[in-house]
Amino acid sequence: MALQVDGVTVRYGDLTAVSGVDLSVADGEVLALLGPSGCGKSTLLRAVAGLERPTAGAVRWDGRDLADVPVHRREFGLVFQDGQLFPHRDVAGNVAFGLRMRGTAKGEQAARVAELLDLVGLGGYQRRRVTELSGGEQQRVALARALAPHPRLLLLDEPLSALDRALRDQLAVDLADLLRRTATTALLVTHDHDEAFTLADRVAVMSAGRLLQVGRPAEVWRRPASEEVARFLGCTSVVPGRVEDGVVSCALGGAPVDGDVPAGPVRVGLRATALRVAAEQEAGAITAEVVQRVHRREHARLLVRVPEVGTVEATAPVATAPEPGASVRLALDPDGLALLPV
Amino acid sequence: MAQDGARLRRPRVRPATLALAGAAAVPLGFLAVFFAWPVAAIVGIGLRSTGRGPGVLDLLTSAETWSLVGFTLGQAAAATVLALLAGMPVAFLLARCAVPLRGLARVLVTMPFVLPTVVVGMAFRTLFVGSGDGSVLAIVLANGFFNVAVVARTVGGLWAHTDRRAEDAARALGASRWRAFTSVVLPSLAPAIASAAAVVFLFCATSFGVVLVLGAARYRTLETEIYLRTVQLLDLRGAAALSLVQLVAVVAALVLGARARRRHETALRLRRATETARRPRGGEWAVVAVAVCVIALLMVPIVGLVVRSLSTVDGWGLAGYRALLGSGQHDTLGGVSGVDAAVNSLRTAFDATLLAMALGVLASVVLSRLPRRNPRVAGAMDAALMLPLGVSAVTVGFGYLVTMDALPGDFRTSPLLVPFAQALVATPLVVRTVLPVLRAVDDRLRQAAATLGAGPLRVWREVDLPLVGRALLAAAGFAYVVALGEFGATSFLARPDAPTLPVAIARLISRPGELNNQMAYAACALLLVVTATVVLLVERARVAEVGEF
Repeated sequence: MALQVDGVTVRYGDLTAVSGVDLSVADGEVLALLGPSGCGKSTLLRAVAGLERPTAGAVRWDGRDLADVPVHRREFGLVFQDGQLFPHRDVAGNVAFGLRMRGTAKGEQAARVAELLDLVGLGGYQRRRVTELSGGEQQRVALARALAPHPRLLLLDEPLSALDRALRDQLAVDLADLLRRTATTALLVTHDHDEAFTLADRVAVMSAGRLLQVGRPAEVWRRPASEEVARFLGCTSVVPGRVEDGVVSCALGGAPVDGDVPAGPVRVGLRATALRVAAEQEAGAITAEVVQRVHRREHARLLVRVPEVGTVEATAPVATAPEPGASVRLALDPDGLALLPV
Repeated sequence: MAQDGARLRRPRVRPATLALAGAAAVPLGFLAVFFAWPVAAIVGIGLRSTGRGPGVLDLLTSAETWSLVGFTLGQAAAATVLALLAGMPVAFLLARCAVPLRGLARVLVTMPFVLPTVVVGMAFRTLFVGSGDGSVLAIVLANGFFNVAVVARTVGGLWAHTDRRAEDAARALGASRWRAFTSVVLPSLAPAIASAAAVVFLFCATSFGVVLVLGAARYRTLETEIYLRTVQLLDLRGAAALSLVQLVAVVAALVLGARARRRHETALRLRRATETARRPRGGEWAVVAVAVCVIALLMVPIVGLVVRSLSTVDGWGLAGYRALLGSGQHDTLGGVSGVDAAVNSLRTAFDATLLAMALGVLASVVLSRLPRRNPRVAGAMDAALMLPLGVSAVTVGFGYLVTMDALPGDFRTSPLLVPFAQALVATPLVVRTVLPVLRAVDDRLRQAAATLGAGPLRVWREVDLPLVGRALLAAAGFAYVVALGEFGATSFLARPDAPTLPVAIARLISRPGELNNQMAYAACALLLVVTATVVLLVERARVAEVGEF
């Protein structure tokens, strides 16, 4: 294990920001710390960077306790949400900063800067002023700056949150590709599931300073360990259900489950896409009354009242979405479900 | 989980904390030895002495003392109001108006503030020639004149950073321009106005040179009374009691100012330094006109001074300037020429600047790095550093004479004594110029540098220094002119054979002789030129109005 976090607690006076977190990141792995804002994930990241002193517990690298290693000797790269580029240096000056600190030869510095700028898609930007760059470009420079001195671990603090949506999606894909290609070990902090699932090999869900669940993205997404995790990952309702012969059934109908789920009682988490308007004659459909209808880009979103269950969300094709007040037949979509332990 | 992960770490003192404490010890130590000790000694002597005259308690309860306090606070309040009224339109001009010659306006407004107090006193004396026995109006006008710059720069600094859109929103909601100003702009400027008012009040309440020159024997403030009792009546007990009264008033003003300033700096962090200036419209031109009038009025005493320095009994002439080569009529300066005094001034101010920069920058670094969780410690240290601005320079000066012989090498006669006293006054100014800029540097920028492998000193060199470089230049310039103009303590400590220019001026005007007067005015003009030059250079180096003065 490259990075190991053992029972780390960070307290500010009476406030406990991080509470006894255990975590490990393997060589070349990207781990995402996912959680709502204020859950302590950034504090944990800062503790790993050495910017925050844990009240208890230890941060280790290859088994060695880093308590006495100051920030500048940890060789951990850090990318902030808003870049934090040095305003008095140009792009090359920013990227070369870490290399200068390590006393790399001038020529080598220039070569490495050019290499990094190519890598982040900003080849030839060396002499540009950082204040003239767009938000996305600044973030790319920040990434190049952090990667230039070959950090042992890259720490990313909401690296894409300050960007607008389209740019964020694009940069997330680029970043994922870049991390894989350079085999970088990284710890990423984010509150955005898409970002976490795009970038990470494993996801750790945090809430109120504690770690709730750690696992592969698909596993965390489909099998949340608790209702809290399920709700944070988009489940708006949780209903009781039962698994038998690879099929989960509940008051809203049945659907096949993927993977190996033992038979027995479960709880079923429903995301906004869990229910869709059923095809004519579809077996196992239920009837519900439409309460509200909102048009989205790809589909219409319905709020429906299901007898004995309550109000839940459902989706319908835009063209044939039923009016509020109408009665509608609905079927479960396995992609919109999460299975929770009882 | 490993067992040792669960055990609580014993809180250890980090090396960074030690370094910070070490850095704090230097300015605080200087303050203790060269400020607290002398002042405490004077107060102690005063309270213990059993000489003739009324006791301390009698003095504190006497009607005369309280009328003195009343006059001191009253003239300070009047001058503060005057400075606020005159300074606000100028602040508007500097912060909000895209008009030509704005840079020049900024320089002109700043000049009075950094002028030596004796020069300001002299300048107003030329305007109130008739009132040879002192004039309250002249004192209030001069103190106000002196401080318009503080209001204009402090308030203007915040105003330039205030988002115009709140104002626009109020206008869109139906508020008139005036209503939008009183209900939206004024409240958002309140912290800066309060901070400026506190500082101005402090300066006016402890103003020495101005009152000494313009009050003559009739009008006295606590400051001049302390001087009088110490130097002429040798009533140390009375002087000590009055020093105590002054100290209490000053601490109160400092506490209020610090509170306002804290809100001010927070506000600055919240807003982006956007370009908010635009061409004035409609009624705004009236405000601009008022501001221009204020600036013109500020120039009157200065121009009057220059004119006076050039006019002799028989028309225009350079007699005063020529006299600077000598030591005055009847050898008033005791063998020292005006030029000697000028050179001495420049050299002393240079030493004082070096010292003030070292102390002020160290203090600013400590104050900016003190954990935000520890605002009380930071606030206390900040206030302690400001204290010398408000305590009678005369008390400090006299305190030096009674304590410094305890230091090795008889410090009392050391030529370093004057620069030390001047640095004491200049250091707070350095702090007020550098600290806001240092605080405006995002801490994460330093953290980014640290994660890239820069140790604490390297971070300071690579991040802080380039970003505050221009503020440092500005601070050095201001420290220099303040040291150059320092009069209160210097008049006490300068050896008779090595006066500074302000001390020489005071000596010249206290003796009869037309040539002495001429020479004094010429010396003032000389100081004026040096000061104006430095202010101009500082202006060029200025960083986007983040500093407070």
